[in-house]
Amino acid sequence: MKAKVHVTLKNGVLDPQGKAVQHALGALGFDGVDDVRQGKFIELELTETDTAAAHAHVTDMCEKLLANTVIENYSIEIAEP
Amino acid sequence: MKAAVIVFPGSNCDRDLQVALRSAMGAAPEMVWHGDSDMPDVDLIAVPGGFSYGDYLRSGAMAAKSPIMKEVVARAGKGVPVLGICNGFQVLTEAGLLPGALMRNAQLKYICKDVLLKVAANDTAFTQAYDQDQVIRIPIAHHDGNYFADDDTLNELEDDNRVAFRYCDAAGTLSEDANPNGSQRAIAGIFNKNRNVLGMMPHPERLADAKLGGADGKPMFDGLVQALG
Repeated sequence: MKAKVHVTLKNGVLDPQGKAVQHALGALGFDGVDDVRQGKFIELELTETDTAAAHAHVTDMCEKLLANTVIENYSIEIAEP
Repeated sequence: MKAAVIVFPGSNCDRDLQVALRSAMGAAPEMVWHGDSDMPDVDLIAVPGGFSYGDYLRSGAMAAKSPIMKEVVARAGKGVPVLGICNGFQVLTEAGLLPGALMRNAQLKYICKDVLLKVAANDTAFTQAYDQDQVIRIPIAHHDGNYFADDDTLNELEDDNRVAFRYCDAAGTLSEDANPNGSQRAIAGIFNKNRNVLGMMPHPERLADAKLGGADGKPMFDGLVQALG
């Protein structure tokens, strides 16, 4: 089954790259963008077939490697095969 | 004194560190491959700069999970001095040996230049050969050197006198102009609680020989030899 992980900067952590993207959008003429925050998307193909087990497994991966929990949050979506 | 320099795939400042240590020690340090799970008993473990694992995912993130790092963490826990420079500093924060994180430079550019640092605490083996508040010139070369930690952590670091170096001007004054990467409180290097682990973004090993244009980095290595034999 597929696990989809979003890793984003915690609130309160400055995101100058997001700001740079916001400015570039403005320069291109896109109005109405109040803020941009940029993160990572990681897709995992798992052999696990149980959703709960997969979720626990991927949570462990996030805590140990995929996210730096000092500055990042993560969210996990397990997609049924 | 015996030393080890850890080498990850993508490390590229390991040789400079080897040269600086050999010059101070009078003997070459052991180069230890990241994939080894053990290494000889040493008085100092050095984690060098570079681009371990290509900085993929996050700088130092995967290197911090290398087989050898389990042993480095264990030895640090036993009080063995550990020095992390640049990518090495990133590895040590990712490994949990130092608090906080190194983020993308605030102005988004890779910076490669000499900077001025104030020696904020000279009471450790790493900094004892400097004067307290001495201003030294050391090069930096990084894209992700912006030190970040929450206010509680920053206050704790300052209360415990665990800030090792801060970016400053020639007069030793901290300012936005003197801070090349936006690091919180102009922090360029920090110690752990036990003061046996130092992580710093600047490269003392790159300016440890007058023939290279400066030797302000030399006292770090001489001081370590003095302290550790």
